[in-house]
Amino acid sequence: MAGGGEGRAPKRRGLPSGIKNKVKRGEVHARVQQEKKKEKKQRVLKRKKEEEAAVALGEAPPPKKIPRTIEGTREVDDTLVRPDDQELQAEEAQDEFSGHFARAVAPKVLVTTCRRPSKGLLRFVAELLGLLPGAHFYKRADYAVKQMVQYATARGFTALLVLHENRKRPNGLLLVSLPAGPTAHFRLSSLKLRADIPGAGRPTRHIPELILNNFSTRLGLRVGRQLASLFPQAPQFRGRRVVTFHNQRDYIFVRHHRYIFEERGGRKGGADPGAPVLARLQECGPRFTLKLLSLQKGTFDSKAGEYEWAHKSDMDTSRRRFFL
Amino acid sequence: MQHDEIIWQVINQGHCSYKAKTQQQTFCRNPYNVTGLCNRSSCPLANSRYATIREIDGVLYLYMKSIERAHAPRDLWERIKLPKNYAKALELIDKHMVHWPKFLVHKNKQRLTKMTQYLIRRRRLALRIQPKLVTVPTKLEKREKAREAKAEVAAKLDRAIEKELLERLKAGTYGDIPNVPWRNYERVLDMEAEKGELQDEAEEEDEEDPEVEYVEDYEGEDEDDLEDFDQLAEEEYEDEEEYEEEEEAERRRLNMTSAKRGLTSASKRGALGADDLEDEPQKKPKRRKAHVEVEYEEEREQPSLAQLAF
Repeated sequence: MAGGGEGRAPKRRGLPSGIKNKVKRGEVHARVQQEKKKEKKQRVLKRKKEEEAAVALGEAPPPKKIPRTIEGTREVDDTLVRPDDQELQAEEAQDEFSGHFARAVAPKVLVTTCRRPSKGLLRFVAELLGLLPGAHFYKRADYAVKQMVQYATARGFTALLVLHENRKRPNGLLLVSLPAGPTAHFRLSSLKLRADIPGAGRPTRHIPELILNNFSTRLGLRVGRQLASLFPQAPQFRGRRVVTFHNQRDYIFVRHHRYIFEERGGRKGGADPGAPVLARLQECGPRFTLKLLSLQKGTFDSKAGEYEWAHKSDMDTSRRRFFL
Repeated sequence: MQHDEIIWQVINQGHCSYKAKTQQQTFCRNPYNVTGLCNRSSCPLANSRYATIREIDGVLYLYMKSIERAHAPRDLWERIKLPKNYAKALELIDKHMVHWPKFLVHKNKQRLTKMTQYLIRRRRLALRIQPKLVTVPTKLEKREKAREAKAEVAAKLDRAIEKELLERLKAGTYGDIPNVPWRNYERVLDMEAEKGELQDEAEEEDEEDPEVEYVEDYEGEDEDDLEDFDQLAEEEYEDEEEYEEEEEAERRRLNMTSAKRGLTSASKRGALGADDLEDEPQKKPKRRKAHVEVEYEEEREQPSLAQLAF
């Protein structure tokens, strides 16, 4: 690799960006790129050859390289637990949602909005009511959240959902589990309603099944349980409806699908029996993303409430650190 | 010496730092002013006998000054705390301002009314729950948006969901919901389970698969002389219909094996009949190789529905 051009040497040897002459810099850069490309090609060829040789000899091929991803290099969290952890299970047997998961309590959700909701928000509410089997919409009028918590608790609701918006775009979701809490506040983004999703289908009224992916820490599992507690415990598989809460890098992606199992040959006649079964999906909407901002013990209390976890800006120091 | 008239002349015709002039009238910014207006009778500087009401941390005080204390600015104002009760406060004002000019008494009572009202209003507003507005920093919002987009790509959502669903199907969560080609599926599972043992056998089977070959009619020719194969084929079947008939017969023969297993295309289509997902265009069934049937029996446990508790 050529270092400097004529005259002064580049600041960093080996990097063409240090060369001040534009023409020269371009030349050197092109040459460097070419060499890199060549090297890569050789590497790939070499690996391929090794693989082929191993297969020919009947040996196991060399292990495939695992790409370095953010997930793969995640900073170790002390609260990472396996779902079969005994301590965790003992705790979960006593928490606020244990009644729900023991099927002692059927979920009943009160959905409301901020004051003076826009039409767009109400459309979202309508789709949310289709998503949640036991949901009832109440107008917010001028009631405070605390008043609504009281009202809903007295009428046997198990959760209160408050949707917020900014400039007519839904941007927040407050989820209060009743009667004992906790209260989760989410940032809501990337909302797409059914009409905006190409090829979206209309969901049936069957009780959907749930998929909760990647909730791995104590906090994550707790939030996952809270979200799951919005849905009845006995899914009707006949409906082939599935609601997914997929956590990736602390973003919880919420999706709603219908599915069908099929053989790989599709539906054409005479597919051979060895064909593997595959699941085909059709999205039903709404589609949105949640990000946890805070988790509060007990029901909503912005002044004296105790926080189990709250996001702070100094937590954003590393992009490989996740909390859910 | 206190000369009210001189002071007022200076203030009125000259300069006063408390004076605030507007187009219609002139106001006074002095905190001791009882009316807030700039005129001879309500000027706290140009009146050596004066009374006012002030609020300090939510408590009202009656302030009075008299000419006798004019020489001692430290003790100039006499301060009396007024009770919270409005009626009692009025009584107290009357008591302390018995021989005062009616104008000042009246203005003080008016000021007391106004201040009592605003204190009540202030307490009520403080108790009311009001939404708190928070800022949404554009920079953070942008960053979150970008990270979210990247996380979504990394999540491979559709694939993750499909995988999970298939795992549940494999675990038997769905029991016998109608649209699953169960018989096929179980056969696949059996085959997978026995694959290891079967491998050698399977290879042999592959070799034994009868393949349809087309060979030239006359003998004595070498293999590489098959250039005219296409032509011959065309001549043999004069039109397409005839050719298709031949094919159909062939297919029927091959389908015999699958028919035995009750897996004809028709029944398959019936099983998948719930056409609620979008349909793919139907293609001609492929020709398949003849199959050797191997059956295995194995007992498998069907996990209960309750396993899907999450």
